[in-house]
Amino acid sequence: MSEMKKIKNLKEFSTSADRFEGANLLCPGCAHSIIVREVLNATNDDLVLSASTGCLEVCTAVYPYTSWDASWIHIGFENGSTAVAGAEAMYKALKNKGRLKQPDRNPKFVSFAGDGASYDIGFQWISGCMERGHNMMHVVLDNEVYANTGGQRSSSTPIGASATTSPAGRVSYGEKRNKKDMVSIMASHHIPYSAQVSPNKWKDMVKKIQHGFAVDGPVFINAASPCTTEWKFDPKDTMTIADLATDSLVFPLYEIIDGRELNITYRPKNIVPVEDYLAAQGRFKHLFKDQYKYLIKEWQERIDDNWAYLQRREEARV
Amino acid sequence: MAKKGWDEFEIGAMLRSFDGSIDDIAGTPQMDRDYSENSSYTASVADWRLIKPIFNKDYCIDCQFCWVYCPDVSIIARDKKMIGIDMDHCKGCGICVEVCPTNPKSLLMFPEQADEEAEIASWPAKNEEK
Ligand SMILES: Cc1ncc(C[n+]2csc(CCOP(=O)(O)OP(=O)(O)O)c2C)c(N)n1
Ligand code: SF4
Ligand code: SF4
Ligand code: SF4
Ligand SMILES: [Mg+2]
Repeated sequence: MSEMKKIKNLKEFSTSADRFEGANLLCPGCAHSIIVREVLNATNDDLVLSASTGCLEVCTAVYPYTSWDASWIHIGFENGSTAVAGAEAMYKALKNKGRLKQPDRNPKFVSFAGDGASYDIGFQWISGCMERGHNMMHVVLDNEVYANTGGQRSSSTPIGASATTSPAGRVSYGEKRNKKDMVSIMASHHIPYSAQVSPNKWKDMVKKIQHGFAVDGPVFINAASPCTTEWKFDPKDTMTIADLATDSLVFPLYEIIDGRELNITYRPKNIVPVEDYLAAQGRFKHLFKDQYKYLIKEWQERIDDNWAYLQRREEARV
Repeated sequence: MAKKGWDEFEIGAMLRSFDGSIDDIAGTPQMDRDYSENSSYTASVADWRLIKPIFNKDYCIDCQFCWVYCPDVSIIARDKKMIGIDMDHCKGCGICVEVCPTNPKSLLMFPEQADEEAEIASWPAKNEEK
């Protein structure tokens, strides 16, 4: 294993030379690129990357430009994960045959994909990658919606969010189904490491990504990615929304080791009411009408319940 | 580079980020790299902006919050110091201003046409309320 990059504090982190470039076409204030920067800057090793179809891919590979300073491939919506798995399998085979020109370089294999590409359309491909034991990391840029095609709901869209295929209005409060628990599903493949991260907690992120790079085997990361366009907030507030997400425990930060051992990695000093998180985003605006206010109470109960569940698992070491 | 029409794309295009060979990308700061014209680093999104950040180094404590949270790799950090903004890549989102912890802030948003020197000369005083 190559030596882990030393990142004690933010000053030290800021000496990183980015391998992801600006003048991509992501919206101003998009969290996808903040996440990508934190992940890539966690290592100095070579990178083999992919992106599934979605905002990140579409906006960083606009012919004749690329925003990536590393090997990067895009094939389709569903199979970014398998593209990287294939490269990793080839790398392993060449290494075993002694045919690598630079056998000590220890590249890191990472696929990036949206929640649509991960929770829905690329689900079985990712499951296959995790099950086959590839030495790779899959990172979900979880903005809880099919953003790139105009805001259709995915199985990550939470209850009450207004999406273009589940719009809120006179007869509906928007999305009716609960968000899929992908971290648990992936952890159930008994992979060495799975975790939830959020870009506002950069240190927690870097620690988890470095741990993920250090273990041998598949790693699954779900990253909260506040989307200024679809969540409907001002671009300057991306980090404020991320803070509300982690501090209201709507996006709790935790990790699962070997699918068996859950650790909570961030406990907010002051837990923020879920109502504050909802109120900051246009996609939940209708919940504040009298007719739908009961849903805010249900939201809080759901989040409290999930937090209690995570704590029970942590305590019981399961 | 002349823009290609939609039906003139190469199938399975491969774009190179750098001209020639580069060995230690992660150890080479962006301004020292030999980018090819296919890297978006050589492009500009400056015309997206209606408002822009101005940096006043007098108050800066080099915490690097702006560096880590800028989505567009537009905060230039060198040797652990914040030294300026890359105005070709900044989209004017304003995140850097929001996350700047100093009082008064070391970064503030202004209309795109604002004059940097004049704004720094009339920088707001410390806000006593917080
Ligand atoms: C097989 C397939 N189905 C549908 C599409 C159309 N499509 C392209 S991007 C996209 C949305 C991507 O959503 P997500 O994966 O959540 O990424 P985001 O854009 O939100 O980051 C869709 C539906 C496609 N390209 N391929
Ligand atoms: S729509 Fe959302 S995810 Fe897509 S580029 Fe814009 S802010 Fe980013
Ligand atoms: S305004 Fe946005 S893009 Fe520009 S430097 Fe600040 S954070 Fe970066
Ligand atoms: S966030 Fe503010 S104080 Fe911190 S480095 Fe940037 S400009 Fe300086
Ligand atoms: Mg999405």
